Amino acid sequence: MQNFEYCTPRTLGETFDLLGENDCQCRVLAGGTDLIVQLRQGALSVDRVIDIKHLPECKQLICDPIEGLTLGATVPCHRIYEDKAIVDTYPGLIDSIAIIGGIQIQGRATVGGNLCNSSPSADSIPILIAYGATCEIVGAAENRRIPVENFCTGPGKNILEKGEILVAIHLPPVPKSSGAHYLRFIPRFEMDIAVVGAGAYVELDDEGRMFNKVRIGLAAVAPTPLYAREAGDLLKGREVSDESIDAAASSAQSIARPISDMRAPAEYRKHLVKVLTRRALWGAINRARGEFVPNAVQNNDQ
Amino acid sequence: MAATSNSENGNGNGKYKVIGTRPIRHDGLDKVTGRAVYGIDQNLPGMLYGQTLRSPHPHARIRSIDTTKAEALEGVRAVVTADDFSPAGDDEVISLVEGVFRLTHMRSNILAKDKVLYQGHSVAAVAATNIHIAEEALRLIEVDYEILPYVEDVHEAMREDAPLLHDDLTTEDFGEDTGTKSNIASHTQFKIGDLEKGFGESDVIIEHEFKTASVHQGYIESHNATAEWKTDGQLTVWTSTQGAFGVQKQTAGILGIPVSKVKVVPMEIGGGFGGKIPVYLAPQAALLSKKSGRPVKIIMTRADVFKSTGPTPATYVKVKIGADKTGKFLAAEANFAFAAGAFPGSPVWAGAMCVFSCYSFPNALVDGYDVVLNKPRSAAYRAPGATPVILATETIVDEIAEKLGVDPIEIRLLNAAQEGVRRVDGVVYPVIGCRETLEQAKAHEHYRTPLNGPNQGRGIATGFWVNAGLKSSATAHVNEDGTVNLVEGSTDIGGSRASIAMQFAEVLGLPAEAINPSVGDTSSVGYTELTGGSRVTFATGWAAYEAAQEVKRKMMAKAAMYWEAPEEEVRFEDGIFLHATDADKKLSFKELAGHLKDLGGAVVGSGTVDPDYGSGGSFTTCMADVEVDPDTGKVTILRFTMIQDAGTAIHPSYVEGQMQGGSVQGIGWALNEEYFYSEGRMQNASFLDYRIPTCFDVPMVDTVIVEVPHPGHPFGVRGVGEASIAPPPAAIAIAIYNAVGVRLRELPMRPDRVLAACLEKLAASH
Amino acid sequence: MGKKLYINTTINGEAVEFLCEPRQSLLEIFRDHLGMTGTKEGCNDGNCGACNVIIDGVLMNSCLIFAVEAQDRKIVTIEGLASPQGLHPLQQKFLEHASLQCGICTPGFLVAAKALLDQNPDPTEHEVRHWLAGNLCRCTGYDKIVRAVLDAANVAPNTETSLQSSN
Repeated sequence: MQNFEYCTPRTLGETFDLLGENDCQCRVLAGGTDLIVQLRQGALSVDRVIDIKHLPECKQLICDPIEGLTLGATVPCHRIYEDKAIVDTYPGLIDSIAIIGGIQIQGRATVGGNLCNSSPSADSIPILIAYGATCEIVGAAENRRIPVENFCTGPGKNILEKGEILVAIHLPPVPKSSGAHYLRFIPRFEMDIAVVGAGAYVELDDEGRMFNKVRIGLAAVAPTPLYAREAGDLLKGREVSDESIDAAASSAQSIARPISDMRAPAEYRKHLVKVLTRRALWGAINRARGEFVPNAVQNNDQ
Repeated sequence: MAATSNSENGNGNGKYKVIGTRPIRHDGLDKVTGRAVYGIDQNLPGMLYGQTLRSPHPHARIRSIDTTKAEALEGVRAVVTADDFSPAGDDEVISLVEGVFRLTHMRSNILAKDKVLYQGHSVAAVAATNIHIAEEALRLIEVDYEILPYVEDVHEAMREDAPLLHDDLTTEDFGEDTGTKSNIASHTQFKIGDLEKGFGESDVIIEHEFKTASVHQGYIESHNATAEWKTDGQLTVWTSTQGAFGVQKQTAGILGIPVSKVKVVPMEIGGGFGGKIPVYLAPQAALLSKKSGRPVKIIMTRADVFKSTGPTPATYVKVKIGADKTGKFLAAEANFAFAAGAFPGSPVWAGAMCVFSCYSFPNALVDGYDVVLNKPRSAAYRAPGATPVILATETIVDEIAEKLGVDPIEIRLLNAAQEGVRRVDGVVYPVIGCRETLEQAKAHEHYRTPLNGPNQGRGIATGFWVNAGLKSSATAHVNEDGTVNLVEGSTDIGGSRASIAMQFAEVLGLPAEAINPSVGDTSSVGYTELTGGSRVTFATGWAAYEAAQEVKRKMMAKAAMYWEAPEEEVRFEDGIFLHATDADKKLSFKELAGHLKDLGGAVVGSGTVDPDYGSGGSFTTCMADVEVDPDTGKVTILRFTMIQDAGTAIHPSYVEGQMQGGSVQGIGWALNEEYFYSEGRMQNASFLDYRIPTCFDVPMVDTVIVEVPHPGHPFGVRGVGEASIAPPPAAIAIAIYNAVGVRLRELPMRPDRVLAACLEKLAASH
Repeated sequence: MGKKLYINTTINGEAVEFLCEPRQSLLEIFRDHLGMTGTKEGCNDGNCGACNVIIDGVLMNSCLIFAVEAQDRKIVTIEGLASPQGLHPLQQKFLEHASLQCGICTPGFLVAAKALLDQNPDPTEHEVRHWLAGNLCRCTGYDKIVRAVLDAANVAPNTETSLQSSN
């Protein structure tokens, strides 16, 4: 690995000073589970690594019934799923962050890092899209908030400008009669990168029979994670049924433009989009109806 | 015949005191506390760190290599290329257990000379004061390549117009050089009976083609070597290897120096499975040490382990079997080609021995081809050659059983190999345990337990591995406290210190804990062949048995000396030295050991053996229950049982461990593991994308140890290391068929392949 | 740029200080500078678990941590599992169950299993397998590892046993 300077700013101001220096290739370090691998492979070059784990803004983790969930960019996955309130309120998020790598990866890896790494197959992004989450981006000059679905611009690429960092992710509050679910397909049962990932968020009517609102996110089927807007919108006002769900799954499938690689052939990925969208929707519906849907943190054993 | 399930506590049927018990392994404490020193852990004063530059191209001519910039980098102490090899002996061969190899091929696999033959082929090596500088130096080496056309498929490589890898390679047919330049290195043929007659009399004939991808041994410790070449010409190598003497022979040959100048110290080894028999790094480290005057350690990166070290050959296998109405097999024919990688030497002979090994076939023909192509040189992997051919045979046996309406175990029992049956390669079986594993399967609760859901299926398959004998040595000396230090020559890769020490202890009536076993280096123990071929507990255990016999004789002589009695009046029973007539004269081993200091010289016993295995081999039968997700094609292993004939289980826990480990490797091979190539380059060279099973992918693996003692071994040991990997892919393929009605004939049976087969079947039924 | 930093940390209860370059991983510092080779390197990219350590109570891959990040942290490695009084119950159970063959993955499994039992003293088989999925073992097929962890969970905490034969 090439050598670099390591900095641990304690304030945002210090961070921007470090980031802003001319002719200095900077990389921001959160959990490091992607960054360190990429540096070791020589896939990235760097002069300075800025460890933002000591910034108070990046460490916050607040689950509030009115404000929703504030997820600091350097909060590791394990802190999220060890928080009972989040596990109960945002099980769809837990579905995804509890399957990123193994337990030892989850001890380090962050949702902020998952976003900024901007992999098309990132597990946390589809469900953040589905929840309607936003990114809080802070720069020396201005701050902005943008929807998660607009964050990634290509494999490994995103809208962060030089001098900007992602400070936090905000998930809106979830009303009663809502539910969310993420699942991915992998050949093994853990430890693989998603071949396809699908996250769904639904709001149902009080009887749990009609869709009021649906948002669907997809992973590993395009150069960026996708927001399947039409697939969700077409369910609005429709009855929960195999037929309506199939229509949404077909719509999601139609926007997928996967590639063939060592993880799976494109045609197979395309097939899976439909299967997983269907399953994600049913998982979300069941949760919205108050039924138990297991995940890696809450399973039938307990 | 005895059988021990892993739910029982094996006790070796009461015949033995130590054999069949489950003592804690002698090296266990060091390994659970992090104190054991593996090859990657070696540290020497002044040690440099080495790294290897590897080809990004599958096939290219090296026009030039410029190392000047790398040499100029601060901290770099040496850079070597193929030019640093002595040319002495370039026309010679090295004879190893796995075969005879040309020295030029072996050298060129260590550092490419004129051409690179695969992505990952090493080109140059660097030693520097730390690993990061060594890596930086690699980027400063400039290699001018002339890109050549490459070939990555075994059938394409066999074509006359295929790009040739070697200018000097001609096909060997039945051991005769044909003089034809080709990528086909050799053709092997075995034949018994009258094939035409056999098929002519058959009522059912089934023939299919099968393909398997290359898979890697996947040991968790990367290849490594530390070398110190002193100015007196003495080279010492510390490394993780399956055979220190093999490393000595290969390294000396490659460097063109006498074996007496090379001492190899086998460190603790983090897995091998056949992959740590060939030498990759020791000669590079040695050349770097010579040039720098410092000890040099090289640890291969995980990506390089995948790209550059022996996977199994990818295979193409065609098998045809004929049977009469009752299911009796009358004829069998196999034709297969193994992709050896860049240099010849894939286990075609072993595939030929194994393909029809589980049954009696009066008429059979096997043709096997060893083919070179632009991928890393293949290496042995647990029962090399067996798994792909057993997949073919067992799948077809299942189809015949289905077609005839015969129970899958009954058809196997009807044809099972047994004493006196002649195998296609000419071997006539002695007492073997094939039938017994099938009978245990039939009697097993697993076999009788119904499946309980849709899309579930069960598969049964039988497998075999030939097992080896070969040279082994052990030396023991008695301590005055009654314990014994036992130095043996086999790398302990999975508890063999214990299984060897237990055989030694059994002879002398001592507890296993009284033996202090250690693995010797090439200058401290007699010649011992590799840890492989399921031979260590069999052969090195036998050497320990012989050493114990010598210790026993010498201790009896010491007892006679102590009692001032003639030697013939001393007896040894149940661990006690007795006087033939004077009942008061009794000494335990420990008591006598305490007197040794007054009885002349030390008691040392040694044993060296070179047993002919006797071709008994080891048989396995396994049962797999699977569930297939019809929407995704993903296969879940619900239950798995492995049954194996161990001859005699010395330490049942480690016998079970071999069976369970082989089973799960077989499951990985069946479902997900593969070398995925695109444009001649491996795309999945990491543990992230080369998907070996995790513990979350598999259930507990039930085991049944069958004991049909090997008639040629003092304790009846057969060796159990390998045969468990042979049948799992076949059993899983059959289980998938029984679950969803599709036959898969290509490994891995990835979810997309299972789904495609299911969809094809669905389309055909409409 | 890239100057060496002086790091103060706590390893297995003892204050440790070392000088390192920012690019050096914690694993590299253990193995090449502190002589602590019990923590193994298997893949150096977070996919095998052989280098597991526990930092401030959290299980991590030491290959994916820069050593400079260890400032003021409390680290437990395989060398810290046993006490002078004897082995940790997990170590004892791994021996009794023959849970290791080559043993290279064993330190990583033991550290991971300790992290599990520290927070879930009575896990189910499913939970054990899920927790350990980030640790690869190529020898054992996992059966005896999982059994040992389940068995160790049954051993009351702080009743560390001494090494003896199960025979």
